[in-house]
Formats: sequence, structure tokens, C-alpha cells
Amino acid sequence: MPQTHATGQPYEDDAPEPAPAPAKAESTDALDSLLDEIDDSLQTNAEQFVRSFVQKGGQ
Amino acid sequence: MLPGGVSADVPPPLDVPGHRRIFGLETEFGLHLDAPNARAVTPEEVAGHLFHSVVAWGRSSNVFLPNASRLYIDVGAHPEYATAECDSLTDLIASDKAGERIVHDLVAEGEQRLADAGVEGTIHLYKNNVDSAGNSYGCHENYLVRRRADFRAFASALLPFLVTRQIVTGAGCITRTPGGAHFSFSPRADHMWEGMSSATTRSRPMINTRDEPHANAELYRRMHVIVGDSSMSETTTLLKVGATDLILRLMEARLPLPDLTLAKEMQAIRDVAHDLSGQATVELADGRRLTAVEVQQTYLDLVRSHVGGAIEPTAEVERILDLWQRGLDAVRNQDPSAVDTELDWAIKLRLIERYQERLACRLEDPRLARLELAYHDISPERGLFNRLVRDGLAATVVPDAAIERARTEPPATTRAALRGRFVSAAVAAGQDFTVDWVHLKIAGGAKRTILLKDPFRNTDERVDVLLEALEQSSAQVD
Repeated sequence: MPQTHATGQPYEDDAPEPAPAPAKAESTDALDSLLDEIDDSLQTNAEQFVRSFVQKGGQ
Repeated sequence: MLPGGVSADVPPPLDVPGHRRIFGLETEFGLHLDAPNARAVTPEEVAGHLFHSVVAWGRSSNVFLPNASRLYIDVGAHPEYATAECDSLTDLIASDKAGERIVHDLVAEGEQRLADAGVEGTIHLYKNNVDSAGNSYGCHENYLVRRRADFRAFASALLPFLVTRQIVTGAGCITRTPGGAHFSFSPRADHMWEGMSSATTRSRPMINTRDEPHANAELYRRMHVIVGDSSMSETTTLLKVGATDLILRLMEARLPLPDLTLAKEMQAIRDVAHDLSGQATVELADGRRLTAVEVQQTYLDLVRSHVGGAIEPTAEVERILDLWQRGLDAVRNQDPSAVDTELDWAIKLRLIERYQERLACRLEDPRLARLELAYHDISPERGLFNRLVRDGLAATVVPDAAIERARTEPPATTRAALRGRFVSAAVAAGQDFTVDWVHLKIAGGAKRTILLKDPFRNTDERVDVLLEALEQSSAQVD
């Protein structure tokens, strides 16, 4: 875990490099497969599902 | 020292460098029981079942955990998780994400207990800011700042930044109006009523000015920012908290900020939220009109000009400034795809547009509202954001192992380390105890309360002695 800053430095210089983003076409395919996976559950009674989420406000 | 009193031997405050800061994030989760065929169940009843194991463990629905964070049920039956005090953004992000997993862990037992009570359903927990009826709940950011006489003026200087940062740090949402639906930067923006106030539920300020530093009040104050959206994306949290910290650093170094005081803050925050083109202007007190992109670019340029001076250059600062700039460019160029793995609003917009295209439906379609809730669902399996991370479609900041570790281990470099060790030891010894952000106490007659006023201090002889006693005897202390 990157919390070895005994010197009191608030920031890490050895933060992992962000993973390179997938190429756009590849990423669109991945997004489509994900939407395929969840499509059924999103479509089932979507309106009732959404409407039933009512809660009092918080802070 | 009086028996049972507060110990007088409080160590002097540590001399900490000016740039070192304590951060904390508080998240109120939306609680949703999906049980279409069951009797009506109140959110309070669901929350009660959800927190059954918490109460069994801590004899309260308001507990501090071994990772030094706080878990409780807040106003409106919202499960709330407050991270321990962190002095790095990586620790903060790890603790915040660990909180999602800790809260999610309660779901299975909550569903089982509801089933036993005759209610077959599924509990969903959302890290979002509005329910379907438009009730709002918050994500509160805490920044420890050095106390100063002009706190009110100091805090109000932050408002133009807070009003406009939503164009990069907003969670994005479909806004439904009688005239149709459109995509907005921030679901929270419409729920803000004023700039600053000490109230939170009666009035909704952007900065809560309640003076409660949870630290030595002679030295510190808490900047309690409650205008932000809850962030699913780790990179969005990095930018949201990181950029705000950088502005505060300049302000605390008493470097002059350009005067961008807004004429009408509440009008401005709404106008900015609802204009995805970034072309809407806000009126300044001096009569000028600027776009949110121009306001943010002014702040970003100022911060950049102090890197190497007031701001120590680090890889993390560079990452924050880079994402900030690309986020502003994405709005300026109308090209959200430039940040659609890193900023919540753009990640979500891409999902919604793609799904809308497939369904060939209008933006008002309830299936898209359902998609929005799925985005904020914290379940590792059902939650859409978590699946995006799994599939490499959303960027991260900390390794998964760091999040896992943060579920049980406190941040090592702040007061949280003391609290975490204390909670673990007291639980292991079977001792009743009371604990809050600044106090530790083993329950019972003459035992003293340890006051921990310095949030930067991660070692303390008094706590060592107490822990030694706890470890030596699991049956009795002293």
C-alpha cells in the first residue's frame, strides 16, 4: 500500500502509472458486451424499479 | 489527573509542514429495497436489518471500525461511511472505496433477515445523491485547515471554484423536466440553497461552517465542503479532492487569488450544471460574465504557476493538473471521449448514449434511469461502475490490494492508526469501550479518557500503555 511516507510528505511519487486506455474500437466492443450482459436485468420492470427507490433526504 | 477525567498529559501538537493536510470523505448511501411483491417496508426497517450485524458487533448502529472509519445510520435511514483521517489522497481513495465494500458486506445478511420477516427482495446501495423522488443526500469532503480569524472570508473565496468545478468532477445525471430530459453535470447542484451556513438539512449550503475541527481548535478548523457529488470513479475523487486541496494550499500560503466572486451563486451553480456545452456564462460581482471553463482555467493556470514554488512538484500533482486540463478541454471542445474512463460524468454519458442508441429510445426512458442507478450500485457483481473497472473501461488510482487492506487497516500516518489499534485491541480483549474522533476510553469506573487532539500524531505513549494493558489481560484491564 502506498503509504510509506515516513518523511511526512503527503503525496506519493511512486503512484502506479494509470493503465493505458484500450483502443477506441476495442473499448466500444467491451462496452457493448457489458451492455449485453446487463440488458435483461435493466429492462425488467425498469419503471417500477426506479419508482420504488424513494428515501427521505439526508444532509 | 482526576479518576475518570480526561488525561491532562496531552502531548504538544506536532509541528507539521504547511502543505500536510488531513482529508476525510463522508458518504451517505441511497438504500433501496426492490421487493415488488412484498408488503410496504420503510427505509428505517430495511436499515435496521442491514445494520443487524453492526449492532451485534458494536452494540450500536453508530460505530468506529478497526480501520478507524465510522459507520452509522444517518438522517433519513441512509447508511453512512466516514473515512478515517488520511494525509494522502491515495490513503483517502483506498479508505473511501473500502467503505463501499464494508457497506456492501452487510447486504446478504440484511436480505436474509428481511426474507425471514416475510419480505423477499433485493437490497441495493447506491453511492449517488438523489432518489427517484428528488430527495438529496450528500458526499461531504473535509479538509483540515489552519485556524484563522477571517475564516468566513477565506471560505467564501472558495465558492467560485466550488460552483464551477462540477464541469470536471460532477457525477453527471439525466435531469427530467416537464419540457423534456437533458444530461447535466451534477445531480447535487439543484439541491444547493446557499453559499455558507452552519445548518445542513434545513438549509443546504455549499460549505458548512459549523466549527467542529475534531482537532486542537486553537490551531485548526475544518473546511467542510458539502456541495460535491459522490464519486464512483477513483480518478474523479483524485481530481475533486486534489484540485480543492491545491487551491486551499495557495489560499493558506496567502497567495492572492483572482477575484471571481459570483453575483448569484445559486443561479450560477444551476446554470453551469444544466449546460453541457460549457458555453453558459456566470455573472461575476464585478459585472463580468465568464463561462465555467474560463473560471476553472483561471484557477488551474494559477495553480500551475505555483508548482515548483508554493506547490511541491510531484507525480501526483502532475496527474491532478493533467486530468484537470484534459477535463476542461473535453468540455471546451465538446469531446467527452477524451476523459470517458476518468471523469464520472463523461463515463456515465458514454454509457447512457450507447445504451440509448441500442434501445432507440428517448432520454426520458425509465430504462436509462435504471442504468443510472446501476452505475452507482456499489455491488461488485451488480454494480455497473465496478464492472467497468473490471473490463478496463474505468481508470483507477490505487491497486485493488490497497482497498482490500484498507477494509481492516487504518491509515498508518495519522491519528487514525491509534484509533484503529485501540478498537482492534479492545474488541480482541472483549472490553467495552467508547471512542470518537478525538477520544478513546475503556468503559468502567476510574479509567481515564485519552484525548487525541492532534490528527497528525500517529504515535502516543498513553495509547501504548493502554494497549499493553489490554493485550496483557483479555479479562480485565489495569
